[in-house]
Amino acid sequence: MTPFDLAIRNATYAAFVELGRAPTVGEVAKRMSAPISDVADAWARLQDGHALVLDEAGAILMANPFSAIKTPHRVEAAGQTWFANCGWDAFGIGAALHVDSSIRTTCPDCDERIDLDFRGGRPTDETLVFHVLVPAREWWSDIRFT
Amino acid sequence: MLVFRSEAHVDRWLAGRAGGTTVTITKLAELATAWWSDRVAPDWHPRSRDQNQAILDELGLVGEFWRLG
Repeated sequence: MTPFDLAIRNATYAAFVELGRAPTVGEVAKRMSAPISDVADAWARLQDGHALVLDEAGAILMANPFSAIKTPHRVEAAGQTWFANCGWDAFGIGAALHVDSSIRTTCPDCDERIDLDFRGGRPTDETLVFHVLVPAREWWSDIRFT
Repeated sequence: MLVFRSEAHVDRWLAGRAGGTTVTITKLAELATAWWSDRVAPDWHPRSRDQNQAILDELGLVGEFWRLG
């Protein structure tokens, strides 16, 4: 990862947290005083390096643990509503922001709503379990499925 | 990567299909904290595969399923 790409990556994450949503390529370019095309190229390289996931139009889809779109994994943290890409990422949002969080998701089996808090690094409901379907070496083979 | 009510719910959801592995929600919370806590730091740097593997190892997430490469 080049120093420029690293700076773009960190500016992108900073913007995501400040805005409470995924920044556009133009917003990051403005923050970095860089041409939009340079930022777009950096985002593409960052995706190749598994540091971002883009949609078909080149916009941010995932800045893990954050999702740019609504998902079944909703997180309240730092006074905002966020969406996570999966159950692991749902816990990751509070961890990344270093705050307690409230997670709302759904059991895939029974469709029953699951609400729990993540306080001081511990879940408030310890009866739940977490299933990882894909082996670790294949996580990035299809990150949207993972 | 999904949260279930219990292992019985995982088994019913899999309905005989090959699954992956199931861990407690407490272990997931420990993993999330170790994995994501640096993610929005202004001086974030990418971790190497070995560094990521060390996080899994230290949490006892070992064995072929948890090998990153």
